[in-house]
Amino acid sequence: MICGYAGKFLEVNLSTMEIKEVRFSDEVLKDYVGGRGLAAKILWDRFGSRWETVDPLGSENLLLLLTGPLTGFFPGGRICVSGKSPQSNGVIGSTVGGEFGVELKCAGYDGIFVSGEAEKPVYLFIKDGDVEVRDASHIWGLDAKQTVAVLTRECRELLKKRFPQKGEWREPAILYIGPAGENKVRTAVVAAKWSHAAGYGGYGAVMGAKKLKAVVVKGTGPLPEVADMEAVKRLIQEVCNNAYESELWRRWGTGSGGYEVGAKSSSEPVRNWQDEWHDEKSFGVDQFENRVWVKQYWGDFGCPTTCLKLAVVRAGRFKGAITDNPDYELQAYVGTNLGIFTPEANVYMASVIDDLGLCGIQTGNVLGFAAELYQRGILTKEDLDGVELKWGDAEAFAVLAKKIAYREGVGDILAEGTYRAALKIGRLKGLDVMPYAVQVKGVGVGAHGIRSEKDYPEIYSYACSVQCGDHTSIACMPLDDSRSEHIRIFDDSGVICFFNTFGLPRALVFDFYKAVTGIELTKEEWVNTKAMKIIQLQRAMLLLGGPDLRWNPEIHDDNPPRFYEPLPSGPFKGKAVERARVDEEKRKYYELVGWDERGIPKSEVLRRLGLDDVDKALEKLR
Amino acid sequence: MSEAEKREAIWIARDYSKCSGCRRCEIACSLFHEKRIWPEASRIRVFMLAPGIEFPHFCAQCEDYPCVEACPTKALSISKETGAVLVDANTCIGCGKCIEACPGNVPHMHPTENRILICDLCGGDPQCVKVCREGLWNALQVVPRRADSYKLYARTPEEIARSLAVKIFGEEGEHLL
Repeated sequence: MICGYAGKFLEVNLSTMEIKEVRFSDEVLKDYVGGRGLAAKILWDRFGSRWETVDPLGSENLLLLLTGPLTGFFPGGRICVSGKSPQSNGVIGSTVGGEFGVELKCAGYDGIFVSGEAEKPVYLFIKDGDVEVRDASHIWGLDAKQTVAVLTRECRELLKKRFPQKGEWREPAILYIGPAGENKVRTAVVAAKWSHAAGYGGYGAVMGAKKLKAVVVKGTGPLPEVADMEAVKRLIQEVCNNAYESELWRRWGTGSGGYEVGAKSSSEPVRNWQDEWHDEKSFGVDQFENRVWVKQYWGDFGCPTTCLKLAVVRAGRFKGAITDNPDYELQAYVGTNLGIFTPEANVYMASVIDDLGLCGIQTGNVLGFAAELYQRGILTKEDLDGVELKWGDAEAFAVLAKKIAYREGVGDILAEGTYRAALKIGRLKGLDVMPYAVQVKGVGVGAHGIRSEKDYPEIYSYACSVQCGDHTSIACMPLDDSRSEHIRIFDDSGVICFFNTFGLPRALVFDFYKAVTGIELTKEEWVNTKAMKIIQLQRAMLLLGGPDLRWNPEIHDDNPPRFYEPLPSGPFKGKAVERARVDEEKRKYYELVGWDERGIPKSEVLRRLGLDDVDKALEKLR
Repeated sequence: MSEAEKREAIWIARDYSKCSGCRRCEIACSLFHEKRIWPEASRIRVFMLAPGIEFPHFCAQCEDYPCVEACPTKALSISKETGAVLVDANTCIGCGKCIEACPGNVPHMHPTENRILICDLCGGDPQCVKVCREGLWNALQVVPRRADSYKLYARTPEEIARSLAVKIFGEEGEHLL
């Protein structure tokens, strides 16, 4: 067995209530590592050529909660959530911070697969080798904070009762959904703690479809044996020392971006991306720091950066709002994108989104989309069930967010996410509203615009990514560029926080992998063979898609229409993405990554990687 | 730290509101004592009864050491050098009387062995404090041991969480537990 792994996975079928252990060969673990890579492998093996028939919100879909060999060792604990995505209909590796991955490995499991669908709401309770499916009817419907409070109390009491000799039991780790997930909203998250979210992919809806409210785990064992503990200890220290030097990430997290990304790089969504520039000093990080921060450093297992902050609104209209201080993505998506430019209104919106179990990015994207349609008179007050959706009105946006989470009225349409909502509204209104949908293949793009070309994604990055609009996994050339998804897949498969890799030589991350697993790995080998295999699997499943939607790369490997419109103001006024350049870059990227001119993985590339069955399945697309 | 300083009885001063919840203290503690990363075998444990109000829970070295008094097998003793409570693993029968005697229910059982875990101050050079200060969180700090009311810090996780929630979140804090 390879070091760093607990050695077994848990599969729970909620239809049959069958619980079993699953193991993988060393070869599979060497090739796919864990997390995102292994998710792609598991899903392909399970569904393969009948991928198109699997409904992401049907009982057949698999919900995967996977650690990687580096989880718990590399500073900053995370877990990877995956399955067939109800957003892209492909596979997204969506990671979330917290202690869940560590508790799971300490309980003796590398991951959990959940298949089937329960008859009534349930949660899983795992204590080391004891696995229990428990009734969740009393917590179904509870918001995020209530869910965490009740489950923490209940499970600690259970542990105390069962193991009274232990002394005080600490809280177990919890992954859960809020009302949005329960109602199968496609922008629902799988959450940890509060405001820790696996957002991209929409896996909260997959949990909801299975009537699985939460997974709770307490592991009392040590983390697995490693190949070289002295090296692991030394490398942990190196990662920490590097992080301690990073004044920006430690002090502000990404929270300085709310002002700076707009004002400086002019790449922040403003009013549904009608602009990407603003100079609203009311949204400066100093204002967040002075007005709402109540804790400067908040972090997850082993993290030296602790980039999260806690925020509370102490006075005024939004008094009592509590959340993790909005990071850049939420400052942008439930702030500037909605015309909101004050910390208090932004913290309020973030707390509403978190409590409902919605994704701040995807929901902010669809709320902005709806508000632009309102601005243009396409959606009226009547269409919006009486809500006057004016830019900057946090209370109105909060009302609509609740409608989305509960699928009430117009919320039922918007709960489908921006792309599907645009299709439906277009049909209802007899009008093409896709020009206002800022998304790629069902996934709203992250809050990093490409028109100014001053931010990190390239003009083809979202269009060619196997995770679509996901700003944490972008297509980049050369393929071993530090921003590229070929590199990011390692972080999502070893399951570590890539923020703690910033400023480190990549070789150190592979040294870390070797110290834990004993396996030698170079960047070249990773990028050219292992990451490449995972990319092709993800690409294949994305293109096979279905059952409700299929992507045609000739049409859908593209930027949102908005990015071809000139920026209306700011230092890069007039700048737009040129289609001819995108086409040229896309061609180069396809060539590098082994896709034909239509964007379909080439037969010889797949066969060289040993993916003959994938090649066969893609025949029908060629 | 010099040998002379190590000899001086110490205390770990704690400011719970500065705890980031990073648990580097648990990693340092378990690596030092167990040679593994083993959060549940750490002598210092970060509790998170509600997110955002994490705090380290560990021995406060009460002035009257009620746990030592309560031990039926005399497995617990007080270190003359540091003031720490020392556990003799061979004598400890894992009866849990020390947990009952502790006003904060601080001692806890080793996850796989029948013995109690109590902070031993790492012989005078606590590893948890090192990592906490290294990262500039400074929730923990070594101070010379004085005749102060350290026992006040031996409180149960619930008691600490309740008061800390109010400090951090204000009046809303109490509803979060």
